[in-house]
Amino acid sequence: MSDACYVGIDLGSTTTKAVVLDDECRVLGRGITNSRSNYDLACEIAQTEAFVDAQMSRLRQSFESDDVLASHAKVLGASVGRSFRYRQHTRQLDTLERECLRLAHGNADLEAAIERMMVAMREDAERLFSGLAAPSESEFFRDIAGSLFQRLAEQESSPKTLPYESIVGVFDRAILVVENEPDDLSFEGNAKAALTRSLERYAKADDQVRDAAIRQIDDLLNRPFQTACSVGTGYGRARLPFPKAQIRSEILCHGLGAHIMYPGTRTVLDIGGQDTKGIQVDEHGIVTSFQMNDRCAAGCGRYLGYIADEMNLGVHELGPLAQKAKKKVKISSTCTVFAGAELRERLSLGEKREDILAGLHRAIILRAMSILARSGGVEEEFTFTGGVARNQAAVKALRDLIHENYGDRTINISPASIYMGALGAAHFAKREAEEILAASSAATEESAEVRA
Amino acid sequence: MEKGHTMRTPEQIAEQCEQIALDDHLGEVTKWREETGGHAAGHLPVYTPREVIDAAGMLPVGVVGSGEMEIIRGDAYFQSYICHLPRSVVEMGLTGRLDSLDAMIFPATCDVIRNLSGMWKLLFPEKLVHYLDVPHNHDPEVGGVFYAGELRRLAKDLSKISGVEVTDDALRTAIEKRNESRRLMRKLFDLRSDSPEKVPTSELYVLMRAGFQMPQDAHDALVKEYYEAALASSRPEFDNARVVVIGSFCEQPPIGLIRTLEKAGCYIVDDDLLLGAHFILDDLELEGDPFTTLAKSWFDHARSMPSRFVPDEVKGEYLVQLTKKRQAEGVIFAAPSFCDPALLEQPMLQDALERAGIAHTSFKYAENNGQFHPILEQAGTFTDSIKLWSEAS
Amino acid sequence: MTEKKKDEKEIPKEPSMIRQKELISGYYDELATAKEDGKKVVYTFVPGNLAELLAAFDVLPVLPEINALQSGMRKRSRDYIATAEKSGHSEDVCTYVKCDLGMMEQGIGPTGKPIPEPDMLLLSYTGCFTFMKWFELLKERFPKAEVAMLHVPYQGDGEITKEMRDYTVKQLETEIVPKLEKLTGKKLDRDRLKELLVRSAEAEEDLVWTWEAAKHRPSPIDGYFGGVFYIGPIFTAFRGTQEGVDYYRLLRQEVQARIDAHEGPITPRGQLNDQKFRIVVEGPPNWTSFRDFWSMFADEGAVCVASTYTRVGGLYDQGFRHDPDDIMGTMADYCLGCYTNLNLPQRTKLIAKYCEEYEADGFIAHSVKSCNSFSAGQLLMLREVEKMTGVPGGFIESDLVDPRYFSAANIKNRLESYFQMLAQRKTGGGAKSMEAVL
Repeated sequence: MSDACYVGIDLGSTTTKAVVLDDECRVLGRGITNSRSNYDLACEIAQTEAFVDAQMSRLRQSFESDDVLASHAKVLGASVGRSFRYRQHTRQLDTLERECLRLAHGNADLEAAIERMMVAMREDAERLFSGLAAPSESEFFRDIAGSLFQRLAEQESSPKTLPYESIVGVFDRAILVVENEPDDLSFEGNAKAALTRSLERYAKADDQVRDAAIRQIDDLLNRPFQTACSVGTGYGRARLPFPKAQIRSEILCHGLGAHIMYPGTRTVLDIGGQDTKGIQVDEHGIVTSFQMNDRCAAGCGRYLGYIADEMNLGVHELGPLAQKAKKKVKISSTCTVFAGAELRERLSLGEKREDILAGLHRAIILRAMSILARSGGVEEEFTFTGGVARNQAAVKALRDLIHENYGDRTINISPASIYMGALGAAHFAKREAEEILAASSAATEESAEVRA
Repeated sequence: MEKGHTMRTPEQIAEQCEQIALDDHLGEVTKWREETGGHAAGHLPVYTPREVIDAAGMLPVGVVGSGEMEIIRGDAYFQSYICHLPRSVVEMGLTGRLDSLDAMIFPATCDVIRNLSGMWKLLFPEKLVHYLDVPHNHDPEVGGVFYAGELRRLAKDLSKISGVEVTDDALRTAIEKRNESRRLMRKLFDLRSDSPEKVPTSELYVLMRAGFQMPQDAHDALVKEYYEAALASSRPEFDNARVVVIGSFCEQPPIGLIRTLEKAGCYIVDDDLLLGAHFILDDLELEGDPFTTLAKSWFDHARSMPSRFVPDEVKGEYLVQLTKKRQAEGVIFAAPSFCDPALLEQPMLQDALERAGIAHTSFKYAENNGQFHPILEQAGTFTDSIKLWSEAS
Repeated sequence: MTEKKKDEKEIPKEPSMIRQKELISGYYDELATAKEDGKKVVYTFVPGNLAELLAAFDVLPVLPEINALQSGMRKRSRDYIATAEKSGHSEDVCTYVKCDLGMMEQGIGPTGKPIPEPDMLLLSYTGCFTFMKWFELLKERFPKAEVAMLHVPYQGDGEITKEMRDYTVKQLETEIVPKLEKLTGKKLDRDRLKELLVRSAEAEEDLVWTWEAAKHRPSPIDGYFGGVFYIGPIFTAFRGTQEGVDYYRLLRQEVQARIDAHEGPITPRGQLNDQKFRIVVEGPPNWTSFRDFWSMFADEGAVCVASTYTRVGGLYDQGFRHDPDDIMGTMADYCLGCYTNLNLPQRTKLIAKYCEEYEADGFIAHSVKSCNSFSAGQLLMLREVEKMTGVPGGFIESDLVDPRYFSAANIKNRLESYFQMLAQRKTGGGAKSMEAVL
């Protein structure tokens, strides 16, 4: 098996995604991180995550095909995965604690509170990666640590001596350091330690199992992936240190990604944080036409963010609440500037939050429908991607409107659709590598001919 | 009103009118076609001489957009910085809501409506699309001759559809009938000015707008009925501020906006809502060539508005006179967002009001506006301030 | 940034561009001293302008759109627009108007020299309603100026009828000429006008030749960004003048030399010989980031082979020439035939024709916030052109002179996506062939 791989990176405005493919264009691994002010780092972390994902699946496979480990593979494989995540998490906790204490320095109450909170956070980390905890809503350290930190801060705070804001303020500054300080979160750097942790906790781990597992890890560590080619895309693609031939537009990558995931796709809708795109592709995944929202970001993911802020809710809470709507409320403005005012007016008129929210979701999708119409309509099959595709209320509004306007259409939505751009980019990387190879072998042949 | 019938209240009449006026499926027009087998011609804002359509034996239908519909196709064709009216008109067209119209007339109002005529040609090649130019040269021998020619061309185009030739006599009769309709409407406007509590503008507006989708006789009857009912009504009089509302109304404000102004303590004593419906101010003469009569009405009997060029016009003078005539205490400008003609005209009108010492305020809207609270606040503050001001002086 | 600036300076200018600049700045110099020189000043618009008639009366034309675009290019427009908005103009309306009014309020022209007040506002009302409001606003500002309205009827049905032509000619005879005669105190010298029209036609001939040179591969000109320099003299004060004739002769020689040498035009990124995409553009350019905007095309190897904006001052390539034997009729035909006076089906057909005749790979609509005359309906035109020609359309938005509406990142993103789509469609998506076209 060749270890050559192809990487696609999608540097989005909210999240950065990476996908790693093997020679046969199978997905080896996927990684995601929140895009921070430091795009280079976001890009590096997403790639690292994708490689960790890839190596972990290779590890599970090698466990399964190992005579000694086969019967342990399932449990042990999953355990190593969790230990690995635990290790990554606690490394970041270390940095967080160091920074928080540094910032709190001189304020004894605050320092003591933070020390107590950190103990609790470490305990919680054990629970989080024990395999017993419910999956958290976000997989990002910032979100997991942040929400716990806030809860703990509420307990620790007292209005006079230690206000809540001053504790949380420390986190807000410290997390920037955590996210922007290079730290080794790679498979290579952490795999062995993760395995050791898992073996310690695995009752059935005798010497034979231990040796076999270590052998497999060593074997993997000895054959790292060789990136044959990378292609970048996304909102921040211009920031990637790639030559021009290795940069592709989001349009092209989403078109191809959708085609790879659902080969019957002819129309793609992507609603991201900053923009909305309607894309038409042919039977080869080649883009034939596209349209994006105009210069105003009305009706994009960002709009939902404003609404959530306005309602004092998390963005992920909007969809579920909107689905409880009983009544149709027409919202006319998808303008982020006016949305808040309209919302408040509706509320003051006695409309229910859920009904208004359902109206807002429909309004966003109406904008998207217009962009789709601009790009050439909705053809069979239709694939919906982007962050907003994870919002069930938006999906429902879309299904309704597609049905009302275009009749029956197959609508493809996948939880993995957030990786669609990166997937397309990875396929472009594969094609790019093939072309380079073909060109060089042609050159070799040519020179051979000349010699002959 | 026959004996034995209970007289309807103004509210009841207005309710019926609202249903007709705001029906973006043009139900009344469809019904009329089914009953009569006749042809109908839509006309966009601002102004089309409906007499020509009448004389061609067709039903003139005002197409003024709609703020109620969900817009998909309309937005697909228009950038965010273009006003809302063409979006709803295109949406109506592409969803079959205008199928009852055999022709569409696009008068020379602005670049957007002008270009919409070309879009209509591309989108609906099977329909008659007529672009109607208006004269900006006011010499009867030059602009007058040109515009009369334009109206003849319109008559000819419509005749092709209806099969009814527009004779001079037919056109004269149409002018006479429209004179009568205009007289009825003027009477109602005067009643509103005299007793604004009896004729709320939110009612007058839907009454007027229903006339854009109804045969003239039926509408005249409604206007008469409403007039009598309003006159007989005993509605309480409030210490409201008398205002003139100016929007160069091509795109119509949502009815909620008019109600909001009333709620804010305004008696709207004149307006240019549905401008085309009361663009011609006087009776037109019945002697002579009727096309020339209609052409001349553009020069001699028309309201001042941004799409009408008048040589040596003192901008705003018309508005100042109107405000005085209606004894209004202030002017509210409500212009459609992204409307170049209305918004470019506005500072000139405001200057004129300032010179005349007339208070004014302004805001923008779109036909699909859903929020009136800020307008309520602003108009409320405005009426309060002009009340205080008039008391103080 | 500093490096880039240095690059820009090193890029050689074409001799015609230098000459063009001299002509324009000479014109502004002449304006600055117009009053001292005792010259009458007439404000008028570019589309359907009566340059020869004004020259025959020895009056100086001031073209507010040109002032606005010059202010945009010289980065003064933001300030002017702010001034106009402060004095009560809406953010929604045409920024050319606001730029001009703001400039008037500040009292200096785009070159820093004063612009003389108008003795007459000659409202050549062609293809744009906003012109009317614009001059009404100027009239408020300059109440002593005489207003002369030339109402040019719109080609609603896609043709110039006899009635439209008669109406326009009549207005020239009964309104425009008498008012100019009154203003200058002299009778129209019809022989002189005839001579001017002869020179117009001569320059027009060379301009058309230049436009059509873009049919060569590589194209020796950029018919949009470069094109706006080429049309400068003929659309403004120099039509009918010997300087105009000489400029177009020089331009023609220069373009011929590039054809002979198989060279492309000079762009802000240097000479564009390696042309990967041939593009037809609809809509006016953005002036505040003109060079950046052009560079976004040049960086992708895109050359504009034809554009509609360069036809706002006359559709010479569709056969029109000023005809000295019918002085009033030819001026009417000229006004009636400008691009902005065409209806949408005509515009669509013309663009499709350009796509075919110039063998375009793509067609881009640059939609400007300020200009409804251009922009309303562009999205439909885009689809229609695609249907008629199979040439894929692209769509970008900004504004003429309001820098707030030029989002470089946004436009670059769309253009890159568009050009990559063109490349992918050309090659079927293989990476190598992408490389070849990218």
